[in-house]
Amino acid sequence: MNFNQTDDRRMISDSLRRYLADQYPVEHRIKIAYDAPFHDPKKWGELAELGILGALVSEDQGGFGGEGFDITVVFEEFGRTLCPEPMLGNLMGLRLYAGLGVQDRVDAIIAGTARTALAVFEADAFTDTSEITTSAAKAGENWTLSGRKSLVYGAGAADTLLVAARTPAGKIGLFEIGASAADIHAYSMIDGGGAAEVGLDNVTAACLSEDAREVIEAALDAGRLALCAEAVGAMDVLKEMTKDYLMQRQQFGRPIATFQALQHRLVDLSIEIEQARSITIHAAGTLDTPGRALAIAKAKNLIGRAGKLVAEEAVQMHGGIGMTWEYAGSHYAKRLTMLDAQLGDTEDQLRRVMELMAA
Amino acid sequence: MDLNFTPEEEAFRAEVRSFLKDSLSTELATRVRNGEELGKADLEGWHATLQSRGWLAVTWPKEYGGPGWNAVQRHIFDEECAMANTPRIVPFGLTMLGPVLIKFGTEKQKADILPRILDGSDWWCQGYSEPGAGSDLASLKTRAIREGDDYIINGQKTWTTLGQYADKIFCLVRTSTEGKRQEGISFVLVDIDTPGIEVRPIKLIEGGYEVNEVFFSDVRVPVSNLVGVENEGWTIAKFLLTHERTGIAGVGASTQALHELKALARKLKRRGKPLIEDPLFAARIAEAEIDLEALRMTNLRVLVDASGGAASNTIASMLKIKGTVIRQNLDDLARRALGPAAAPFPLDALAGNLAVAPQEAAASAASYFNNRKLSIFGGSNEIQRNIIAKDIFGA
Repeated sequence: MNFNQTDDRRMISDSLRRYLADQYPVEHRIKIAYDAPFHDPKKWGELAELGILGALVSEDQGGFGGEGFDITVVFEEFGRTLCPEPMLGNLMGLRLYAGLGVQDRVDAIIAGTARTALAVFEADAFTDTSEITTSAAKAGENWTLSGRKSLVYGAGAADTLLVAARTPAGKIGLFEIGASAADIHAYSMIDGGGAAEVGLDNVTAACLSEDAREVIEAALDAGRLALCAEAVGAMDVLKEMTKDYLMQRQQFGRPIATFQALQHRLVDLSIEIEQARSITIHAAGTLDTPGRALAIAKAKNLIGRAGKLVAEEAVQMHGGIGMTWEYAGSHYAKRLTMLDAQLGDTEDQLRRVMELMAA
Repeated sequence: MDLNFTPEEEAFRAEVRSFLKDSLSTELATRVRNGEELGKADLEGWHATLQSRGWLAVTWPKEYGGPGWNAVQRHIFDEECAMANTPRIVPFGLTMLGPVLIKFGTEKQKADILPRILDGSDWWCQGYSEPGAGSDLASLKTRAIREGDDYIINGQKTWTTLGQYADKIFCLVRTSTEGKRQEGISFVLVDIDTPGIEVRPIKLIEGGYEVNEVFFSDVRVPVSNLVGVENEGWTIAKFLLTHERTGIAGVGASTQALHELKALARKLKRRGKPLIEDPLFAARIAEAEIDLEALRMTNLRVLVDASGGAASNTIASMLKIKGTVIRQNLDDLARRALGPAAAPFPLDALAGNLAVAPQEAAASAASYFNNRKLSIFGGSNEIQRNIIAKDIFGA
């Protein structure tokens, strides 16, 4: 047993940390995260050059990583700076392209010359792929898609969309469309970064798989793992900010960090963050094993609880300043709170754990 | 990152498992599983079994008769023992005093005392807390006044676990009232049958007897029974408390408790269906399992990091807080799973085969009440938070 990162991963994490700290200072981050296109397109090629995208898929699929710990290393750093680049959608899309052997797409995304996004969930189906109603129709050899996808992360910044749709056989298939063929309404989220509503009205599509539920679930789990790691990074930073604030803020003639009531609350956050880190490590270790679904559901459930606690307690302990847009801490709190709802929240994950437990 | 145990560690696990299979009787394992109170002979018998294999003093180095295990091996042993429902190792001589003597004792003390802990000649108990000195341990008042080659001890200790079985007690006593409170404390070894000592049992919330009050009036103890330096006992006290906390995460025991809880929830019926299919209850179990999964990994991170040494104060305190809260939650769930069937007084339920609740769960309410102690002893969870806060805020 060994909990040290390999040298390669440590290099990625070090260089990414330096790069993000340098390129996404908080004022810049707040600006681009809320103004269209909700990220900084100039930086994407540089991230690709740093090898961040290649780290997300395995060597035999054209990358140089692809394991759970490669994903967590990248996303933990994203969490530390609240980087709004559409990495989540590209992670899931990239792993689907790679898993289905669409090599030219994989190569283009790793090179930073193309971006994709994964359109799975719908307003009435935010967690369960079996409830998807977007339909795929086949006429001769040609497929068309109709329906509407909601909260498609990074769709406004994508060249292609990977769309999950129900086939005439009743299966969930995976289709590729050019982004310009869809009716995309992009917006920023309350915690920054872009998502979009995607309208599909008989849009011509290429079918990548007519029965893709398994591979889509695997890609979603990779996304969930990424969110867990992102949360750990954000929690670490927000906890440090809170600690610094408690030590510096004076009331009643002394730093408020000297009050036991506040000390114990920060201690409780620290304990929950260590638990969150632990379960994320556990989940990362199971990404490519049969234990994947259970371990990742457990992790995202705990992350959801810990993230909300850290967010709410950090704002509370900061007092008024924690309520301001100008203060970076408030943005970390928003990200940690809203991250829970992405790809299935605490309750959804708990339900998955219960189902897998009973099975 | 490599989350797997090495082949050597897996082989060690198999060795432990096979030893436990051969040497733990089904009868004893069943009584442990059922939460029955074990007597002195049961505990001593189990100690002797482990000692016959050289696995009793798990934290001691080889030269003193321990197995010389590293932290990961101890963890594996702990997990296997919990899963097999072995009696616990009584910690006072083995995991508390032993390491203290190895670090602070004279050669003569080590030679005289350690072998008698190993072979079961001496049963030790702990004289730390006093009625007026719990969380604020340094305020202890039991006084030892030097008279020639003896100390004369007067005062009272309390919460002395299994003191009713003890031959000896290690005590924190005040040898000076000068200077800071922490600077006048000494660590002294006392024969429990020295004239002037009286042990009185305290009945606990669930009806069991495991703790005692110990009264000292003019108890004469040779100065050679002092461990370390006079008035520097606080250093030893803190060293011992860290050791006491290290195993207190109780990952093995909680894993077994979770396993039993799930088995119970499959067995019990509610509205015609197994309890585990009730979504509200299943959700509570699932959440407990998730918290324990994270704790297991936190514990391993600490073990692998510490690789043999005692864990740092902060991490030991984190494990203590989280580990005890998780265990208490599991006990709470087992009690609530039974509903009103948890009510029969355990002695009646176990002796009379009432069969209102499954036999192995008949003591669930008693265990729940008894284990409320977990967040109080070994330094209350609030004191643990103070320790962590000191580390975070550097005060």
